[in-house]
Amino acid sequence: MTAQGVSTETAESIGTKTAESIGTKTAEGIGTGTAEGIGTGTAGGIGTSPGRSDGPAKVTGSFVYSSDLAAEDMVWAVTLRSPYPSALIHSIDTTDAQKFPGVLDVITHADIPGRLLFGQMKVDQPVLAADRVRYHGEAVAVVAAVDLETARAAAELIRVDYDVREPVTDAARALDPECEWLHPDGNLVAHTRIRRGAASTGDLPAADVVVRGSYSLGMQDPSFLGIESGLAVPVAGGGVELHIATQWLHVDQEQVAACLGLPPDKVVLKHAGVGGAFGAREDLSLHVHACLLALRLNRPVKMVYTRTESFFGHVHRHPAVLHYEHGATSDGALVYVKADIVLDGGAYASSSPAIAGNAATHAVGPYAVPHVQVDSRAVYTNNPPAGAMRGFGTVQPCFAYESQMDRLATALGMDPVEIRLRNALEEGATLPTGQVLDSPAPVAELLETLRGLPLPPADPAAPEGVVRGVGYAACLKNIGFSEGFDDYSTARVRLEVAGDGAVLATVSSAAAEVGQGVLGVLRQIAVTELGVGRVEIRQEDSTFGTAGPTSASRQTYVTGGAVREACRQVREEVLDLVRQAGYEDPPAAWRLREDGVVDDAGRQAAGLADVLGTRVIEKTAEFHHRTTFPLDRETGQGNSAMQFGFAAHRAVVDVDLDLGLVRLIDLAIAQDVGKAINPSAIAGQLQGGTVQGAGLALLEEIELAGGQVLNPSFSGYLLPTMADIPPIRVEILERADPHAPYGLRGIGELPSISATAAVAGAVRAATGLDVTRVPIRPHHLTVGTRSAPRP
Amino acid sequence: MDITVTVNGKRHDCEDGPGESLLFLLRERLGLIGPKNACEQGECGSCSVWLDGLLVNSCLVLSAQADGCSVRTVEDLAAEVPERAPAAGAAGALHPVQQAFIDAGAVQCGFCTPGMVVTAVDLLARSPRPSAEDVRREMAGNICRCTGYQKIVDAVLLAAERMAAEPAAAGPSAAPAPAAPEVALP
Repeated sequence: MTAQGVSTETAESIGTKTAESIGTKTAEGIGTGTAEGIGTGTAGGIGTSPGRSDGPAKVTGSFVYSSDLAAEDMVWAVTLRSPYPSALIHSIDTTDAQKFPGVLDVITHADIPGRLLFGQMKVDQPVLAADRVRYHGEAVAVVAAVDLETARAAAELIRVDYDVREPVTDAARALDPECEWLHPDGNLVAHTRIRRGAASTGDLPAADVVVRGSYSLGMQDPSFLGIESGLAVPVAGGGVELHIATQWLHVDQEQVAACLGLPPDKVVLKHAGVGGAFGAREDLSLHVHACLLALRLNRPVKMVYTRTESFFGHVHRHPAVLHYEHGATSDGALVYVKADIVLDGGAYASSSPAIAGNAATHAVGPYAVPHVQVDSRAVYTNNPPAGAMRGFGTVQPCFAYESQMDRLATALGMDPVEIRLRNALEEGATLPTGQVLDSPAPVAELLETLRGLPLPPADPAAPEGVVRGVGYAACLKNIGFSEGFDDYSTARVRLEVAGDGAVLATVSSAAAEVGQGVLGVLRQIAVTELGVGRVEIRQEDSTFGTAGPTSASRQTYVTGGAVREACRQVREEVLDLVRQAGYEDPPAAWRLREDGVVDDAGRQAAGLADVLGTRVIEKTAEFHHRTTFPLDRETGQGNSAMQFGFAAHRAVVDVDLDLGLVRLIDLAIAQDVGKAINPSAIAGQLQGGTVQGAGLALLEEIELAGGQVLNPSFSGYLLPTMADIPPIRVEILERADPHAPYGLRGIGELPSISATAAVAGAVRAATGLDVTRVPIRPHHLTVGTRSAPRP
Repeated sequence: MDITVTVNGKRHDCEDGPGESLLFLLRERLGLIGPKNACEQGECGSCSVWLDGLLVNSCLVLSAQADGCSVRTVEDLAAEVPERAPAAGAAGALHPVQQAFIDAGAVQCGFCTPGMVVTAVDLLARSPRPSAEDVRREMAGNICRCTGYQKIVDAVLLAAERMAAEPAAAGPSAAPAPAAPEVALP
């Protein structure tokens, strides 16, 4: 009784494709780690774009996602959810549901055998609601039955006696001392302060020009297509195995074991195929429910949310209100920035503490500002929980600081790109945290690159009342977990001669492949380091060392670093074998290439299969990034980030001034990736992230009324379609980070950050309106609500 | 009520659960996991299949409505071009559209991919040399959350080019003839 096909990728005969012409420029100054001992001659290594090895399974429909799992004797379970955003629970009566034919079990909070709460940063969220519910859609009970329809029908029979309360739905109101507390410690989840320059003594200097603005963002949903789903299988000896789509097996496993009250070794989590993640798979959903039912019933339990339920089953991007004040000299140099940021964290903390920190440390964007005063707070409300989503607390301030840069440009009569160039960060600059940028920071170059791209021709058939605008925005983003967290990764590399006589490398890690292509990248690194064409990638379960999360754009950096290190240890042992075999003492410059050992003149000194014989070389390595430090609680000073990435966008829009409709005409992104490990995959990430950002600018919002979610469906929550999106140009810069493996920079989140601000800037340029809220709605743009004259 | 459905040329006599969708029948009763259940609201196109030659969202079709019908799914595409060189890493040969999706880098998480492939095959059967604009308009009923669509458009255009250059490659039955007049997706 095992789950179907929990995947290991096989690597053989991957079609090697040359890098596309996506504006790849030559890397400059790549870190010293790259030159020595690498078999750059083997096809499919870093810098090339081999096709995905999961491609054939995905295009033919045979790839197994978590919702495709099945097991013999399997039963189904469904969740009953609160229809109210705030209510006390007086009682839960499951009698009728229990008696319903085909029902096998019903669980409530009273059945949780271990810890009653979960949460990866702050343990505050009930596995199942006990005495109160705090958001619309909170899980209250779970029913297991012989089939899905039976379970759904029975769930309707559970009677919950709610005492409905007035919800707290406004984050500013939640901070009012008079407001009721939603959790025992009050409504403030986190508060990060930054005080730099004169702000550290409580003052800010005078400036020639001052602009102020208030900005707000709605609640964006990650809307991955592969709905929350999983299969829990009981195993002999009282344990359970959970096949789940997740971003981090190990942090899930710890929480599941704690809530089940089981020793950690009784709970094993295994990767199931992931249909997108974007941050929302960092938190538990059905994990504990399915495992507990599997243990109680001693049968495999499958859970698959509906799309509507999925909107309730995962976290969203924090809605935010941001008040900004920028002071500048008359020639456009930033003097100070003052920002007050309130993030609506919803009912539970999730990742809010780190997100509030990120919003603070990124509050002024990729610009040099000598005096900075920032207060960033995350707040509990009775809205749906907000947590990790691509960009992680940097999307909200980017919309605000880039809107402020546009305001400043207008106030000074400067070109919007010029004012950004005037203040752009560069290597050696100091961030608001006091951290000094000790690697390239090509913000100006990214903006110049975009400005140099041709603009689409004007539409001669454009109807009257349609105006065009061009907007620019730039951003930076910390890569990896910050503020002192050691988010290391573990990898194992094995080298041997396979049964058919060919040399085989096997790379193992627990890294989550969420669609971005990390498994392919790990293969490329092994190919490069070992010169072996045949590499098998194994996705290990939670009993293997952690790879950390597929989050924070860190997986290629950290797990890639671990694979590189393990490969180097393997290579050292191969060279030892060469020495033992009586070859002349190989100098350090000998390399592994094309399944052979190559001397420093490039001649093959030995075949790798001959050197290995029957030996198996296996090395396990951990990669720890350089140390980061917590921020000072009062001043927000500290070297908090291991690396920063940089990106910029240009958006071109047409706006129909009468209808308030915005049409995207052209999108372009320029990003510094440090080293392009797989140029095609990078282009795909940059394009995909750009569309998510554009979606937030124009379409995507979970609409709330008194805490009620009004549009939990794809007919109500509008995602960009192919018809909404223009061609997306990609310009990749490679300005290597000397501190990172191969000089690479994490890439995944950046494209989603500045896209929103660029689209808003383009609408601003087209209409002359301030554009202070996203998503931009037609009524924000039409006559009667305009706050500025037409251009 | 029992129903009879021919799926990918094979006849199935199935028990019909009340209110069950064709998507549920294909996935849970027949074990065809190619059609995906991303929204079950007819909004995303991930579950697209042919029903008597017409492309439908299988989540919006009751299984009872498919009684006596012929259904074709993504699973039926790969094997139909036996003379083509086997694709990289695949057990069998891929349809040119499938190969183009891999070659153009149009696959990321891949959850939308089977629906995208089916829709693209349908589009190319009706319109063998579409423009990029045509592709964006005709395939707007299929949502992708990962790729930003650019590479999917590239893949469809690449497939069109290859199929035009090598018309036999896709075979005469690459897609069923439309049973109804050309219907543009909204």
